Amino acid sequence: MRFRVYLTFNKDSVREPIIWKLAKQFDVVTNIRTAEVKDDMGLVGLEIDGEDDVVNAAVKWLGEQGVHVEPIEQNVIEG
Amino acid sequence: MTESIVRALKCRECGQEYPIEPTHVCEFCFGPLEVVYDYDKLKGKFTRELIESRPQTMWRYKELLPIDGEPTVGAQNGYTPLVRAKRLEKVLGVKELYIKNDSVCYPTLSFKDRVVSVALSKAVEFGFTTVACASTGNLAGSVAANAAAAGLESYVFIPHDLEQGKVLGAGIFGTNIIGIKGAYDDVNRLCSEVAGKYGWAFVNVNVRPFYAEGSKSLAYEMMEQLGWKAPKHVVVPMASGSLCTKVDKAIKEFIKLGLIEDNGTAVYGAQATGCSPIAKSVKDGTDMIHPVRADTIAKSLAIGNPADGYYANRVIKESGGWAEDISDEEVVAAMKLLAETEGIFAETAGGVTLGCAMKMIESGKLPRDESIVLCITGNGLKTQEAVIDAITKPRIIDANLKDFDALAAADGVQTS
Repeated sequence: MRFRVYLTFNKDSVREPIIWKLAKQFDVVTNIRTAEVKDDMGLVGLEIDGEDDVVNAAVKWLGEQGVHVEPIEQNVIEG
Repeated sequence: MTESIVRALKCRECGQEYPIEPTHVCEFCFGPLEVVYDYDKLKGKFTRELIESRPQTMWRYKELLPIDGEPTVGAQNGYTPLVRAKRLEKVLGVKELYIKNDSVCYPTLSFKDRVVSVALSKAVEFGFTTVACASTGNLAGSVAANAAAAGLESYVFIPHDLEQGKVLGAGIFGTNIIGIKGAYDDVNRLCSEVAGKYGWAFVNVNVRPFYAEGSKSLAYEMMEQLGWKAPKHVVVPMASGSLCTKVDKAIKEFIKLGLIEDNGTAVYGAQATGCSPIAKSVKDGTDMIHPVRADTIAKSLAIGNPADGYYANRVIKESGGWAEDISDEEVVAAMKLLAETEGIFAETAGGVTLGCAMKMIESGKLPRDESIVLCITGNGLKTQEAVIDAITKPRIIDANLKDFDALAAADGVQTS
């Protein structure tokens, strides 16, 4: 599947090459579509393409690295 | 019938335009898509007289809403009261205060009826027969009710542990309610995947650009009800931040069309401290929104990573407004104050709006001598748990006049 997400990096993770590590560790194609990086946070619009299980594992791994992962709609659940 | 002036969907980031279809993000940069119009086509045709001649619903401004022809869903929705809040003015020490009271919006008592009626009318135009949403409250009820009235199939996704009262508010309309187990982020992600996979109109996903435009009707009404003028200041509650941007857009549209003078309206945002990523960004002077884990009684505003946060921040700054946040205790106190002074029982979000306005009046961010409108977006009957411990309990007496006389005497009440 091709999964489109926004990644939010905090001040601890913003300097880490996490997207590079992701592509090394999982058999996925990553495609950065938009990015804004500042001192204390970063926002990246990323396409992750691969087998369903692999993409799901990759998303889980991103969360474990302290990266906030959300669909490109961000909060789908409204009040 | 006036021809549609809807031109396209346009990316708010890169400006790429797309045809009018059920889609919501830019394929190039993932930016959100917004409906854009050819306002010139309305020049001289869309007049105050024309609007005033129409039924009192949100659709009296239909040329500025993204549907073709007449609405098929929610034709009666909107046109809620604008109340001059004289008693509240005295308490707050301000000169001219109004409440735009969407706590009585038809049919489900929240401003979501505006956005949902546009989204579902558009969904019918697109040929959808099933509509859906992911919600913890007002949106669920509105989608379920408006879909039922229009004969559409509906699916409503909720966290599995949502309070019974809120499940009831959607369930009564015969919708398909799906409770999802899991952490918030996982539930959120699943809803996005479902929206992408099934051929449904998911109101806050694939028809979101149309859905969001419905919010503008609140501001159109506000301006007409003020005697065809914009207030100097308008305070709106912020969840995704969308309402903030749409109020600003509506004011600019009326100015562009010559329906009102430019009053230099400043837009102010209100959040609960337990979920205040947009207010924080404004106060910190940044445009980056740091996602938060929501923890507040104002659940209808509990969006930790608001999709329109950046744009709301920009509108607030560019219009000369401000943003504020208040504690849950202040929310409850403001709900009580609004009820006791104006007879309006607003949901927690209404407490947030009033409470933040009070804080901004005290700090001088909101001037006391200019017109202010507070947007109240939902009904307190839906969030009774927030105030149940804050209201005075009834005093119980036996069914005889003597007992009541004693009570009245204690209160200092005189008999006639």
